[in-house]
Amino acid sequence: MYDIIVIGAGVTGTCIARELSKYQVKMCVIDKADDVASGTSKANSGIVHAGYDCKPGTLMAKLNVRGNELLYQLAEELDFPIKKNGSLIVCTVESERGKLDQLLAQADANGVPDARIVEREELLSMEPNLTPNAVAALYVPTGGIICPFNLAIAMGENAAVNGCEFKFETEVQDIVKKDGYYEVVTDKGTFEAKGVVNAAGVYADKMHNMVSENKMTIVARKGEYLLMDKELGDYFSATIFPLPGPMGKGVLTAPTIHGNMFVGPSATDIEDKEGVNTTQDIINDLVSKASASHLTKDRLPMGKVITSFAGLRAHEANHEFIVEEVADAPGFFDAAGIESPGLTSSPAIAEMLVGIIQEKYHFPVNENFVAKRKGIVHMEDLTLEEKNALIKEKPEYGSIVCRCEMVTEGEIMDAINRPIGAKSLDGIKRRTRQGMGRCQAGFCTPRTMEILSRELGIPMTEITKKGEGSNMLVGKIKED
Amino acid sequence: MKSYDVIIVGGGPAGLAAAIAAKKEGIDSILIIERDNQLGGILNQCIHNGFGLHTFKEELTGPEYASRFIDQAAELNIEYKLHTMVCDISKEKVVTAMNREEGIVMYQAKAVVLAMGCRERPRGALNIPGYRPAGIYSAGTAQRLVNMEGFMPGKKVVILGSGDIGLIMARRMTFEGADVQVVAEVMPYSGGLKRNIVQCLDDYDIPLKLSHTVIDIEGKDRLTGVTIAEVGPDRKPIPGTEVHYDCDTLLLSVGLIPENELSKQAEVEMNPVTNGPLVDESLETNIDGVFACGNVLHVHDLVDYVSEEAGLAGKNAARYIKERYGKEEDKSGKVIDIKAVDGARYTVPTTIHLDNMDDMLTVRFRVGNVFKNSYISVYFNDERVQHRKKQVMAPGEMEQIILKKKALTEFEGLETITVKIEEE
Amino acid sequence: MEKRELTCIGCPLGCQITVTMDNGEITDVAGYTCPRGEKYAREEVTNPTRVVTSIVRVNGGNLAAVSVKTENVIPKDKIFDILAEIKPVVVKAPVKIGDVIVENVADTGVNVIATKNIEAV
Repeated sequence: MYDIIVIGAGVTGTCIARELSKYQVKMCVIDKADDVASGTSKANSGIVHAGYDCKPGTLMAKLNVRGNELLYQLAEELDFPIKKNGSLIVCTVESERGKLDQLLAQADANGVPDARIVEREELLSMEPNLTPNAVAALYVPTGGIICPFNLAIAMGENAAVNGCEFKFETEVQDIVKKDGYYEVVTDKGTFEAKGVVNAAGVYADKMHNMVSENKMTIVARKGEYLLMDKELGDYFSATIFPLPGPMGKGVLTAPTIHGNMFVGPSATDIEDKEGVNTTQDIINDLVSKASASHLTKDRLPMGKVITSFAGLRAHEANHEFIVEEVADAPGFFDAAGIESPGLTSSPAIAEMLVGIIQEKYHFPVNENFVAKRKGIVHMEDLTLEEKNALIKEKPEYGSIVCRCEMVTEGEIMDAINRPIGAKSLDGIKRRTRQGMGRCQAGFCTPRTMEILSRELGIPMTEITKKGEGSNMLVGKIKED
Repeated sequence: MKSYDVIIVGGGPAGLAAAIAAKKEGIDSILIIERDNQLGGILNQCIHNGFGLHTFKEELTGPEYASRFIDQAAELNIEYKLHTMVCDISKEKVVTAMNREEGIVMYQAKAVVLAMGCRERPRGALNIPGYRPAGIYSAGTAQRLVNMEGFMPGKKVVILGSGDIGLIMARRMTFEGADVQVVAEVMPYSGGLKRNIVQCLDDYDIPLKLSHTVIDIEGKDRLTGVTIAEVGPDRKPIPGTEVHYDCDTLLLSVGLIPENELSKQAEVEMNPVTNGPLVDESLETNIDGVFACGNVLHVHDLVDYVSEEAGLAGKNAARYIKERYGKEEDKSGKVIDIKAVDGARYTVPTTIHLDNMDDMLTVRFRVGNVFKNSYISVYFNDERVQHRKKQVMAPGEMEQIILKKKALTEFEGLETITVKIEEE
Repeated sequence: MEKRELTCIGCPLGCQITVTMDNGEITDVAGYTCPRGEKYAREEVTNPTRVVTSIVRVNGGNLAAVSVKTENVIPKDKIFDILAEIKPVVVKAPVKIGDVIVENVADTGVNVIATKNIEAV
């Protein structure tokens, strides 16, 4: 019997697990994928939102601003990359300037620090590649960029080190309310827990509706993105937003924490909660929006698009976070409707939900809690002396596997052998950036598969891209 | 800091030929730096035959062709390092490299030859919509897995792009028992050699669908199928022409891109058409003493031409060390520009320093479309001086013109040489 | 009367050549542009040949497979017989370029030889 089972190993689930691991809790995180951050957390803008655009007084506004503050602190504690590059919401039409004032008022009401309006001249000196048609912008210095995988990985690893179990490739099929506990029925067996946390992203409605009569609906809202070559990584230094529209924050152009630039997202509500396919119309639309962007000085060179991808937002009709114990299901806690700014808010959501859980269970403090975690050492970030010292200690750090992102065998081995380590090619890619560069893993796929096979002690033919059913090879040559 | 006269970045066909040529010109201090665990580069996985007809007057397979050069380099005692990645080249020609044994090492070179080759264009650059399952490989990656590692990436194959590697892999996969269903090519012509279309596709009844592309990729875990549609002259899919193929593997052979990250670090100027460095008659870049050759300079059709070009780069690097290294750059000499227009997409080289030119210079280029019964014309300023009829020219094959130094010297006031394709 | 359609492989022109045959005798060759085309077409319909290149498994080597080729051209209709014959073959490292892997493959009188050096490990 677990004290708590967390369903979902996205940023929300892993943040909750890590927060809960500060207490003596026998717990387990269950996810149907083979890794953390494989659903909603996987493909999004990676923006640390400042909190200017949430409706004042909402939970979203409160948790966004708190989450923003927490993320910068946690980045130091847990060694994940984050950059406070600031956000600019750019107005290009004089008649719409009033919207900027409204946004500023909203930012102030939400407690967003240091937001201000910047006029054209200052704006263009901050961002020389912005369109000369820019009139003014709301500048929010606490806006930032982050890698969602790294956040979830850092949280998950730290939770694991502090005693949390993880069960991957385990799909929840049913949740049965028992007397004072729950049975969580999965394709890998049934597990019992006193409390269940629902952090299931686009499936949060399915989980919730298994135990509650007050039905919930989560709509998958697809966002498609174009990722551009690193040559354009410093095109803008801040994250550039247009004035927001009804479907969200609009199509942004932003640097990523890894030095690329992206354009996106689109917004389409879809039926299929696994529908992370990109579509021709949307890609075309993004290409035309980006190449003729009214926010950029020049047409963006579309030959520099290195990939496109799509992600799903877990949209709830009221566009509000649901962070509470379910009224007709005591011991079942929802963290649902976590869409943008969900990534930014995730540590604050965890703080709030664990507060609610603690009020109920009063778990004793975990005296052995280790707050700090050291991330994967990236050779690229080291000084020459540090690099040489590391190679001397572990020669694998001298052997480049991924040429585009300069990822070494040492880094890949570390990614595999950490707590909740990588088990598939995508897992390695997310932890090390192997294969994320210009050639998109053309050169390094065979070598990375060999390292996975060796470190995990499994044959090459069992290596997958992203878990069960996604095998890279069908067999050896000359077999039938 | 350890120093070498010539450092050659890349131990494939270009790097080997450059090293051998430099050595034969009397340069002893040469280092080849290779990132893979053997010399020979991509030839090691190109096990098909057809290499070396020009160089050795016989048909060799890729590994055999490579071994001829590897053996020669060994006989000449040319020093090389394997498993060593060049991380940086400065414009002062300090080469920073890394390997397991030595860590990070810096070398001062008098001359550098860039011979890093090229890489395959990935799926992302095409923006094919759909899912991102396992089973999508660039043709070269699949080639390595099958030919060197001995694994089968899939059994039911669709190939997008009719570049030579894609055509060759259609036959290879067929030989290994896979069912290759179709090769789709978005252009109205193939980028591959005729011989490969006949001997890799026609021989095995594999259809080549020109003006077709993949418009959807299905399968959430492993690839389960693709949809192919015909495209119009604007290369946009034509509604109603969609055909679905069940398959577990999609191989991409959609172009090659010279790998010039290091060149850019050394502040080498690039040609936006070739994605390779701009070079002069000596295959020297804008950075004094930095030369380029092979597929890093421009993507070649035949390895024989890579070897020939690289030999020239190696020879010129040697000559640079003997004649020009350490001396003030002489800017008094005559410089002539070469321009490619009207059907000719680019030329290599793009400038000629008349003083450094050999008696004859081969200028290579590619055409931008299929031309039949057209002429390759060369103009000195506004005067047409060469006019050669070709029955056919295609973007997949390199063309060349020969310039004679005597002609250039004797033409008064020569500033620009223009290469163009003309109908008459 | 039988008509065979061929694509010439001599150059990018890729002439579509039609060979007319009567009882195995060539009666007409049409569609070629140069003499090479005619020669190719005549050979291709009477005695088409190919060099087969493939791989053979290796035990104890630095690579799992060694590349091989038929030392000479073989009749085109023997290709799959040859592939079937080399399929079960496993050789032991080391292997040197030119080593005979299969003698007189599929009774063609042609040997299959290695085209790559494989080191023993």
